[in-house]
Amino acid sequence: MPREFKLPDLGEGIHEGEIVEVLVSAGDEVADGTPILIIETDKATTEVPSPVHGRVKEIRVKPGDVVKVGDVLMVFTELDEAEKAAEEAPTDEKQAEKPAAEKTKEPVDRREEEKEEAKQKRPAPEKEEKEGKMEEPVERPPAREGPVPAAPSVRRLSRELGVDLHEVPASGPAGRVTEEDVRAFAETGKKAKVAPEKPAVEEAPAVPPPPAFLEAGPLPDFSQWGPIEKHPLRSIRRSTARRMAQAWSQIPHVTHADKADITDLESLRRRHKEEVEARGGALTLTIFALKAAAAALKAFPRFNASLDTEHEEIIIKNYYHIGVAVDTERGLIVPSIRDVDRKSIIELATELNELIGRMREGKVERDDMAGGTFTITNVGSLGGTGFAPIINYPQVAILGLAKASYKPVVRGDESDFTIVPRLMLPLVLTFDHRVLDGADAARFMNFIINALQNPELMMMTI
Amino acid sequence: MGEFTQETEVLVIGGGPGGYAAAFRAADLGLDVTMVDMEARPGGVCLFRGCIPSKTLLYVSELLHDTSRARQMGIEFGEPKVDLEKLRNWKNQVIDKLADGLVFLSKKRGVQLIRGRVSFEGSSFARLFDSDSEISRIKFAHAIIATGSTAIPLPQMEFKQGSRIMDSTGALELIEIPGSLLVVGGGYVGAELGSVYATLGSKVTMVEMHDQMMPGADRDLVEPLVKKLKELFHAIHYKTRVKSLKEHQDYVEAELEGEIEEAKQEFDRVLIAVGRRPNTKDLGLEKTDVKVDERGFIVVDEKRRTTDGKIFAVGDVVGGDMLAHKAMYEGKVAAEVIAGKPAAFDAQAIPAVVFTDPQVAWCGLTEQQAKAHNRAVKITRFPWTASGRATSMGVSGGVTKLIFDPDSERILGVGIVGREAGEMIAEGVLAIEMGAVAEDLALSIHPHPTLSEGEEEAAEAFLGSSTHILPLRK
Repeated sequence: MPREFKLPDLGEGIHEGEIVEVLVSAGDEVADGTPILIIETDKATTEVPSPVHGRVKEIRVKPGDVVKVGDVLMVFTELDEAEKAAEEAPTDEKQAEKPAAEKTKEPVDRREEEKEEAKQKRPAPEKEEKEGKMEEPVERPPAREGPVPAAPSVRRLSRELGVDLHEVPASGPAGRVTEEDVRAFAETGKKAKVAPEKPAVEEAPAVPPPPAFLEAGPLPDFSQWGPIEKHPLRSIRRSTARRMAQAWSQIPHVTHADKADITDLESLRRRHKEEVEARGGALTLTIFALKAAAAALKAFPRFNASLDTEHEEIIIKNYYHIGVAVDTERGLIVPSIRDVDRKSIIELATELNELIGRMREGKVERDDMAGGTFTITNVGSLGGTGFAPIINYPQVAILGLAKASYKPVVRGDESDFTIVPRLMLPLVLTFDHRVLDGADAARFMNFIINALQNPELMMMTI
Repeated sequence: MGEFTQETEVLVIGGGPGGYAAAFRAADLGLDVTMVDMEARPGGVCLFRGCIPSKTLLYVSELLHDTSRARQMGIEFGEPKVDLEKLRNWKNQVIDKLADGLVFLSKKRGVQLIRGRVSFEGSSFARLFDSDSEISRIKFAHAIIATGSTAIPLPQMEFKQGSRIMDSTGALELIEIPGSLLVVGGGYVGAELGSVYATLGSKVTMVEMHDQMMPGADRDLVEPLVKKLKELFHAIHYKTRVKSLKEHQDYVEAELEGEIEEAKQEFDRVLIAVGRRPNTKDLGLEKTDVKVDERGFIVVDEKRRTTDGKIFAVGDVVGGDMLAHKAMYEGKVAAEVIAGKPAAFDAQAIPAVVFTDPQVAWCGLTEQQAKAHNRAVKITRFPWTASGRATSMGVSGGVTKLIFDPDSERILGVGIVGREAGEMIAEGVLAIEMGAVAEDLALSIHPHPTLSEGEEEAAEAFLGSSTHILPLRK
């Protein structure tokens, strides 16, 4: 693949220079480090070494040209790459792996699952093999010089499908992109975003192809103000970034905040904590919140829904799979517990405990991530008096719990009162204002608070 | 006078190839279209004063060349008699037939044709003028500017109707066959019209500022043409320009300077063919957000949208290759974008054709461009002396040339000089657009004996499998 050599930063705040001499010609083979240009800056005249072992494909400058950092000076065909490309060209299998590989920059322990995924994606290129398209023994490295080679009809198709031809793995001779390539890429692009890219690490299904990140302006060179480190965006962080940007840009978020008196609930919890532990569960505030939420979702079905903007419909779900945000070393994971309404407190306590354990060990299963209808996020163990969580698209609401603490509470009125310490839990409910309104949120929240403040009520409705 | 405001979805300004292609496409896509042109019928410069009349005359001159070549084949025609009036009428008949055809197509598609000029009042309104009096206002959802270009006169000069100093329009009127004709400009217009007049009997002198004719084309393609023109013309002077022209009653006094011995010469007529400039004045563009660059061309993006979101521009008026087929392509892009389709200008190879005898045609990367960018390429040439067809026609002075990327073997450029080069270049365009590699062309069976075989053989030469010429030594 041709490699563009851009003028690197010359240091000391120098951003441009004048080409004094070009030391090579098109077609020359140069070793890594061979001087290829002489460039003069304000400070000095320096030799510029070749960045690769390759063949000079194109020289874009001549003596006298003033070039800036970042300008393309020459294009090389990397000689190691050319050989590699020659090996790759006839085999479609490698092409199939390319999209899988490009999309997944996963840590090493994911590689088995990558291969799984790649195998699953093979159908499209396999079909081509059967049709005998890739039979040529001739190895032609693609010349990605200039625009991507593709017939006009294929270019039009790529525009229609919103596909960038530069990203499409090409199966045609010498890097020519065919119609099948474009369609296959568009499909896998969707699948990779819908089903988790790595078998079920983070993605909930049905996340439509979003713009990977919202467009932002070009970044400055931060290193000019001090030392920096660069960490590639991978795995959970990367997919969280994508999902959050998408949810934020699609949904008008409104957060309703309130607090619940969980003094009684807390003593109930303490009374039954060990019993539950003995059964392998952990009786936490979240468990009660799950139960309260399931009941609230039944009473207010529009919080258990999704918005279909294409068909202009609100899809209400009659099942209650609630996601719980789990903080792991690798980042935020939100697995769901199925049928929360049909499980007892002890069952939920056990299941959630086991789920969190698995999440933290990285043993995620596909079913864990799919199908959630609502989400609870509890940062209380760490602290916080309130926050505005982002909705787990394509859900329409999310319940947040902050840190419960003892607060003085006034009972009575200004003429006849007592002040008692009560354990107060701050709660926030963020909702999608396209589907729900403030009044709905207030009522929903009141229901939840009522349930948490009167635990016997919850027992009545199990 | 009451103000009458019309409304239309797409206002097409200019009925030339860019304009009518856009108008027809937009109408076919279901939009309501109004096309305004200064003539009563669409066709623009191309139909009335350019492509069509010139190619009509160029065919005639090709015919005349053929009849004189027929002598060596045993057929004697004698000296041709040219009935100038009949030739003029024939040319005008051709124009009429095609112009009427365009009117018919407009009617069939429901495109409203208005004769007049347009001046923008803003990004949604324009005024329509019939000569200078306003006929109405028009409100549009989108506009497509396709006002084309006009011939550039010499400095401090303007073209006048009936003058002995002509632009291509005047030359195509074929008022007379001048005894002597000075052609200023060695581009395709000068070469084409100069050769028409020379064939019809004028003594043609060509002056060109650069050191070669048609600087955009590769030398090896232009040389066979120049050889023929040297025989046809009285003289060709390079690095020569016109210092001054003085028109008298019966002749034009020219003062030339450069690599020429006789600086002062007299000619019956002069043809100025030094380029064309865009028609962007008097459009009222300053009342819109449309931006025009320093040479007068309208600035557009790849969707042919100007800096004013509702207004598009196509054809000569946006610059680039000032060719009718490029305008037609752009017209369709603009119409499709307006209709909500994902169209864009992404043509990889726009052909250029000089309709002289021999014709010269090229598309894609030229050899000189490759050199200028220091890009490594491989070139093969099929000389028409090896072509059965060319030899049997007596036109073996041609060459078919292919330019390849040495690594991918992709066809980057095609150039042809010879009879029907203009027809054959289309195959080259398709090859480049499809991203064809040498094998694709070599394995496509071209009919024998034809001139088109040259493309197959040149590709085979690259691969080492050619038959009628020796393969390229790798």
